[in-house]
Amino acid sequence: MTKLLLLGDEAIAQGALDAGISGAYGYPGTPSTEIITYIQEVGADQGRKVHDIWSTNEKTALEEGLGMSYAGKRALVTMKHVGLNVAADCFMNAAITGVNGGLLILVADDPSMHSSQNEQDSRFFAKFAMIPLLEPHTQQEAYDMMRYGFELSEAVKLPVMVRVTTRLCHSRADVVRGEVLPEKPLSLSADRAQFILLPGNARRNYAALIARQPALVERSESSRYNEYIDGADKRLGILATGIAVNYLREVCDGESPHPVLSLRQYPVPVGLIRRLFEECDEILVMEEGMPLLEEQLVGLLPPAKAIHGRLDGSLPRTGELSPDVVGTALGLGTEPAFTVPGVVAMRPPKLCTGCAHAGTYTFLKQALARYEDPRVLSDIGCYTLGALSPYEAIDSCVDMGASITMAKGASDAGVHPAIAVIGDSTFTHSGITGLLDCVLEGSNVTILILDNDTTAMTGGQDSAGMSGRIDQICLGLGVEPEHLHVIDPLPRLADENAEVLVRELDYRGVSVVICRRVCIQAMNKRKKEAKLQA
Amino acid sequence: MKLDMIIAGVGGQGILSISAIIARAALKDGLHMKQAEVHGMAQRGGAVQSHLRLSDRPIHSDLIRQGSASLILAVEPMESLRYLPFLSRDGWLVTNSRPVENIDKYPDIIEVQEAIEQVERHVLFDADALAAEHGTRRCMNVAMLGAATPFIGLPEARLEEAIHDQFAEKGEQVIAVNLAVYRAARQLVRELTGQ
Repeated sequence: MTKLLLLGDEAIAQGALDAGISGAYGYPGTPSTEIITYIQEVGADQGRKVHDIWSTNEKTALEEGLGMSYAGKRALVTMKHVGLNVAADCFMNAAITGVNGGLLILVADDPSMHSSQNEQDSRFFAKFAMIPLLEPHTQQEAYDMMRYGFELSEAVKLPVMVRVTTRLCHSRADVVRGEVLPEKPLSLSADRAQFILLPGNARRNYAALIARQPALVERSESSRYNEYIDGADKRLGILATGIAVNYLREVCDGESPHPVLSLRQYPVPVGLIRRLFEECDEILVMEEGMPLLEEQLVGLLPPAKAIHGRLDGSLPRTGELSPDVVGTALGLGTEPAFTVPGVVAMRPPKLCTGCAHAGTYTFLKQALARYEDPRVLSDIGCYTLGALSPYEAIDSCVDMGASITMAKGASDAGVHPAIAVIGDSTFTHSGITGLLDCVLEGSNVTILILDNDTTAMTGGQDSAGMSGRIDQICLGLGVEPEHLHVIDPLPRLADENAEVLVRELDYRGVSVVICRRVCIQAMNKRKKEAKLQA
Repeated sequence: MKLDMIIAGVGGQGILSISAIIARAALKDGLHMKQAEVHGMAQRGGAVQSHLRLSDRPIHSDLIRQGSASLILAVEPMESLRYLPFLSRDGWLVTNSRPVENIDKYPDIIEVQEAIEQVERHVLFDADALAAEHGTRRCMNVAMLGAATPFIGLPEARLEEAIHDQFAEKGEQVIAVNLAVYRAARQLVRELTGQ
């Protein structure tokens, strides 16, 4: 077979296509986005017209994936780690319903927060829900684990989480494709009560989930993805999860002199861990993420043997692993020959030249000039860069949709003006319900929806808010037509835009100002595509 | 064969096209490859880098260790310095001298150049000007690839083939311009370093 050079994300996508999925569902989020964009790009060319349209948010995506599984077909659902918080309601309950067709929930974590608000480790969620988890350590394994994961999901009748991190997602390596499987036929679950989580059914399903745990552990013990690699020097045993083993091999120039347990399938194979613990004098735990296993091994009381890792400072407490921190933990650190010269200045990301958000922040600041210490609650997207110089125009960025609801809470507390700034895709993702709260109470809030007709931050994916429907959504929720404005945030219109905003800030009720101008990147891309088609 | 290199620049400068060409050449030679990229927020005009690794043996880590890159290729001078801890003692620093001044306090360019010259093995030239002279400024990345060629360790003919393939869809004219820029930069670095 020919070698393909694929990002980890693309290997996952190709693996899912070749494993016979009928649908991929997700919401864009770094570092998971390229999975679905790859399926959109190559699926049809490969003769696989599967479902590949972006969902409104991660919760709707997972529910849609569960619905496809309900119908007996294989579905892949993708999201970034914080997206799983949004999907958590369905996630926890899908563990109780179980699945019919195979269901893989791909969660891409972002340790070191390259493009995220936190570095939560999704392995906790898999443990919480008591479902199996796979954690590939190479792009090839990410490809292979799709088929393996679907077969596992169907064998144990549970959703399976596949957890990856930024380095694997956004690194290319050669991948060889395997057999291409056809889609599964439509086949509804024979047990009609399976998905009806009335307390009586839920208790029964939950008991069955718990009863299934020893069998899941047994699968982990014998899984090809949990490798015990013996080593002569038993003064130390190394427990390496996910991609940590790559860094270990890098610094050891091949195989480690110490015994290594490379762990890539969960629930935790207790027997393999016990063997490592019994055979070695001390244990070093290397986890790409939070110290989940390390905490369990250390326990609340002093352990029988020394356990090293992120908790005792052998490895940094936060951030992704690297060959350098792993080398240092093993006493194999290197001294760099050069340091960064003092002349090097920080170069943070910034809004593009010609970005419509810059025009919005110009008139927003102009309108707020008459207030002492005005605050603007904002959200997740390119416009979050408005917190930085030269704009310094926003004061919060918490979670998708929190701008509107936090502005409402601040208004409830007596803050005036209470202003929210939110993007179109973020608004449809999680802002609509917050606006409904505001309308129901007639809250004194002014909401700016920055409608750039795309999901820009992640690279311009289609969003549910496209095609100029945002104003219709707002009117449908009950925003009064005279307090709904659609403006063009061009810098030369700043004065008149500021006037509109000032009027609405004076109105003691819900106002929405839609700042509508296409993202400059999306516009250039669309022009190029139109030229190619012409 | 083993190459560990860092490619550095500013989001939007298109450093990934350089690694895409090298990757094409490496795959034809049947080499193993790993290439870690930056996607997401930093792509918006921030500092970006890519770790590119080639080897005839399997490669384990997606990331390069500090002090072990044999080459830093930068399309922007200040960015060439940001990843210096990754460069090995006898590694090469090959950089464009044309700054991208998209921040408030871009340092004095003279000081930046002096810092680059502190690295004994360096190649510093205006790749934008060279590309404009022999083709168009848009070929700046290919000029940088030409200047880095002696330190990459792949045959020149393989890299030229890869440039050809990379631009095949865009027609003979685009291929010819890119090859002309590539060869001019290759010649320049031969004159500058004897390599």
